[in-house]
Amino acid sequence: MNSITKKHHDAGQAHAVLELDVNNHAGVMSHIVGLFSRRAYNVEGILCMPVGSGKTSRIWLTVNEDARLEQMIRQIEKLEDVLKVNRHGAAHEVFDRVGEFFR
Amino acid sequence: MSQDTTETLTGSQIVVRLLERQGIRRIPGIPGGAILPFYDALSQSKLIEHVLTRHEQGAGFMAQGAARATGEVAVCLATSGPGATNLLTAIADAKLDSIPMVAITGQVATSLIGTDAFQEVDAYGLTIPITKHNFLVSSAQELLEVIPKAFRIAASGRPGPVLVDIPKDVQNERIEVTEWPEPGRRDPAAEADAESIAAAAAMINAAQRPILYLGGGVVHSGGSAEAVQLAEKASLPTVMTLMALGAMPVDHALSLGMLGMHGARCTNLALDECDLLIAVGARFDDRATGKVAAFCPGAKIIHIDIDRAELDKIKTAHVGIRGDVKEVLGRLLPQVKQDLRTAWLGRVGELKSTCPLQTPGADDPRTPYGLIRAVAECVDDEAVIATDVGQHQMWVAQAYPLRRPHQWLTSGGLGTMGFGLPAAIGAAMAQPERTVVCFTGDGSILMNIQELATAAEENANVKVVLMNNASLGLVFQQQTLFYGERIFSSKFKGVPDFLKIAEGFGWQTLDLDTASDPKAALQAAFAVRGPMFIHASIDRHEQVLPMVAPGAANKDMIGD
Ligand SMILES: Cc1ncc(C[n+]2csc(CCOP(=O)(O)OP(=O)(O)O)c2C)c(N)n1
Repeated sequence: MNSITKKHHDAGQAHAVLELDVNNHAGVMSHIVGLFSRRAYNVEGILCMPVGSGKTSRIWLTVNEDARLEQMIRQIEKLEDVLKVNRHGAAHEVFDRVGEFFR
Repeated sequence: MSQDTTETLTGSQIVVRLLERQGIRRIPGIPGGAILPFYDALSQSKLIEHVLTRHEQGAGFMAQGAARATGEVAVCLATSGPGATNLLTAIADAKLDSIPMVAITGQVATSLIGTDAFQEVDAYGLTIPITKHNFLVSSAQELLEVIPKAFRIAASGRPGPVLVDIPKDVQNERIEVTEWPEPGRRDPAAEADAESIAAAAAMINAAQRPILYLGGGVVHSGGSAEAVQLAEKASLPTVMTLMALGAMPVDHALSLGMLGMHGARCTNLALDECDLLIAVGARFDDRATGKVAAFCPGAKIIHIDIDRAELDKIKTAHVGIRGDVKEVLGRLLPQVKQDLRTAWLGRVGELKSTCPLQTPGADDPRTPYGLIRAVAECVDDEAVIATDVGQHQMWVAQAYPLRRPHQWLTSGGLGTMGFGLPAAIGAAMAQPERTVVCFTGDGSILMNIQELATAAEENANVKVVLMNNASLGLVFQQQTLFYGERIFSSKFKGVPDFLKIAEGFGWQTLDLDTASDPKAALQAAFAVRGPMFIHASIDRHEQVLPMVAPGAANKDMIGD
């Protein structure tokens, strides 16, 4: 568990981890984070890397689990460049493993 | 891809050809440095006419007017920097009302992007939150994919605006084109879930006091006829949002007209009593619902919408159906029982007769309702009715006998003053056989008054009806009702001579204030083809009633 997510776990705030498959081009990240920022919905963590040939990327987000999350996911799914959204619980290890770079 | 002979073309020529292939025949816009290569190519088109507007916002709303009146994707053009920023309001307006539009903007050359070059603005970044999708094009080759895609996205699912930002070097880049892509068209919507439709039918069949709640999605999907059939078969009293007016003729026996903030008392009270709300292509906007917790408090909800994100967004639906409204209504129809529903229709009839919409002065053309009625008597249902934003808009929404989908052009979601005139011009040019009426206020008309020049130049068949109360009437009303009559910045100290202004722009004019027989004068004015500016003074103390205070429950209306 990295220090950022840990703080929130300590605060009792439940987290969700979102896994997004997206087209890999310059504007995608803006489209996605814009949906969060306009709702003042903080994105706690972001990881993004190209997948396979590099035509697509995978974005991992960790966000607070609040009542708006379902609406957020539906809005993300509507984005033209988002191919797939998976929702995981906070227990997903992806952010834990990069935690060491945040110490 | 269709086979063709090889041609060497510039990016600009490619876009022109792709637009021609899309069936685009008219594009409003204003040229400037970063889009000049495109204008040069457009000048050679034998199929597309360019409409030179006087402000890019005018171009955006003209495209919207065409799109709203026809239901087809329309295009507007602007240069980089200030051209693009001037388009933003019209794009945001299209987003909130789900209007299919493709905005094409010039951008500084790729090598200059990010250098704060002359007239460089991040059009892509600026439009992310106000478009359905947007593109910054990086090569002429890419245009062959992007342009059809922009049209497909604008028209498919829930329609919306798409921006295509094209750097100048991409417009000039020459490539060989051997094959042309198919024009971008509306994708068929995924088939709606049969079980949910059956469940919805069962709920309608079991309901005692159902109400059908139609939104703009009914008009966009082309499902108005199906909505009326459903209402008639199952005897469903029907309310419409501002955006849906005309989906069912407002004087249909089952129509309760517009709901919400300025809906009739009977309409909001009937909603308060319903046990089933069938929301179709509607999004539970706060102007429609009032305080959400008190909206249809005893009702179960069926919600049909093409946009899954609308389902459960404001109100959780008992049955949510994601699908094209026209298709879903068509499949629902045979499963819904014929029902006379005498008790409920009797109760609704009682509400309609005890607390109908009050339209004082309806016979006097020197009052708001009387003027609207007198104008309606000058045209038939083929006319298009556009409005600006304010009291005049709400009076027209309440009282004009709208009877046809796509008849009504109004800025609903964004509520943009300045929408009316350019939207009316765009509709008039797209459908020259129709008369287009634009009801406006003295505040709104000034926000795009420069387009009077465009209309005169194009001889657009637009009849502007200016309801002049020398104030920002709706603001004046809100300050009167909710701010202790502290009237501030809503009364104009100086009022221009609108008739002289209109004449100066080359319009014919009529001053109803000085007409001895206003009804006859109106008839005569409407008999003339081409732009006509009609001026009528309105008492600034006239109010739009009833009114639900912002944030209050719909059943707590001010006024009868
Ligand atoms: C661009 C814009 N600015 C401000 C407003 C806020 N607003 C809503 S209605 C209104 C007054 C409109 O006045 P007018 O066009 O004269 O119409 P009236 O209400 O008098 O009929 C204002 C300022 C708005 N809707 N749009």
